[in-house]
Amino acid sequence: MSTCCPSPTPRPSVGPRPTIWLATTVLGLVAWFAVYWVLEPVSAWAVAQLPIAPESHLEEALAFFFYDTPKVLMLLTLVVFAMGVVRSFFSAENTRRLLSGKREGVGNVAAASLGIVTPFCSCSAVPLFIGFVSAGVPLGVTFSFLIASPMVNEVALGLLFGLVGWKVAVTYLASGLGLAILAGFVIGRFHLDGWLQPWVRDVRMGNAELPDQRLTVVARLRAGLDAVADIVGKVWLWVIAGIAIGALIHGYAPAELLASIMGKDAWWSVPAAVVVGIPMYSNAAGIIPIVEALIGKGAALGTVLAFMMAVIALSLPEMIILRKVLTVKLIAVFIGVVGLGIVTVGYLFNALFVA
Amino acid sequence: MEIKILGPGCARCKATSEALEKVIQSRGIQAQLTKVEDMREIVSYGVLSTPGVVIDGKVVHTGSVPTREMIEGWLAAKH
Repeated sequence: MSTCCPSPTPRPSVGPRPTIWLATTVLGLVAWFAVYWVLEPVSAWAVAQLPIAPESHLEEALAFFFYDTPKVLMLLTLVVFAMGVVRSFFSAENTRRLLSGKREGVGNVAAASLGIVTPFCSCSAVPLFIGFVSAGVPLGVTFSFLIASPMVNEVALGLLFGLVGWKVAVTYLASGLGLAILAGFVIGRFHLDGWLQPWVRDVRMGNAELPDQRLTVVARLRAGLDAVADIVGKVWLWVIAGIAIGALIHGYAPAELLASIMGKDAWWSVPAAVVVGIPMYSNAAGIIPIVEALIGKGAALGTVLAFMMAVIALSLPEMIILRKVLTVKLIAVFIGVVGLGIVTVGYLFNALFVA
Repeated sequence: MEIKILGPGCARCKATSEALEKVIQSRGIQAQLTKVEDMREIVSYGVLSTPGVVIDGKVVHTGSVPTREMIEGWLAAKH
């Protein structure tokens, strides 16, 4: 993720009492739903007040922009807050404890699931990798974690949910999870432990007694707020830029052209989207609004999502970091297996969601 | 007191070391601050998420930039 190290800082609870925090949180949620409820009519009314011809290109583009921007930012805030609170229950150290001694299969499922909720950033990829492997977590299980962690992230889910709908968001979650489980399992089957960098095998991982970070309810709510300040604070500009581009496409781009390049009938578009997406490095926030507009104009959902998965799950900077612990051969296998998995998911989506 | 900051030199590791330095200076505490960037040494402490903070050989914190209150808590516990 380009929003590297977004995990919130746990803080000791100081300041207002827990009841005040809880009451404020409940009030905030109620206000959130109230605003969300009236968003569509209010934005439609606002655009109608502008001196533009109704149903013109410009009017369509503006309506899209003025409705989607607050909607997406609100959904993003809610999802990131919820995820921040959930993540405060997990840590990489605890996850390692849960995974060590797990067999392949069950271990892959557990690792992929924990990959979603464990706070982790790619700059910690090396110590995490070594920590897992030296604690007896099988290589394939470790990969399941490393694949799921960036791919199924709260920003991607929140934005898909807001822009394309809950069905797509749930399918994305399920296929991302499934892909991480299967790809990790397949890599494990290859028995490639010999393809780690030699020094990794000799490392003696310490077993530091880490401080007990049992947090209060207030600290967890605060972790959620910190996550919002951190992540939404970083990506809001991307989101608006993305929606602006999406709005232009929405209002102006010819549907037939996109449909012919990115539509379902072009079978080669899925692998092409993955190949283009792998070296790219961006966050989900900047891409998804464009994704939605592309889909609206006839680009096939599977093709667009395969592109998105390739961009956020496989990235050049992460490979360079992993190069310290993996040999080039192993990185190639990793990219190959995950890339193939993404192509499969792309075709699956294209078959499942008929526009 | 010997304080080590574990991390591969990412932005948050720098922020952690700056935060510690500030508190140490403002309190006039005698402490030696070192940055540990070697992966072997980092993992030898059992730290999986960076930045990590080690005070006198004991890991007190991992995975985030500590706040001022947290740092003051650790330093107070030492005195």
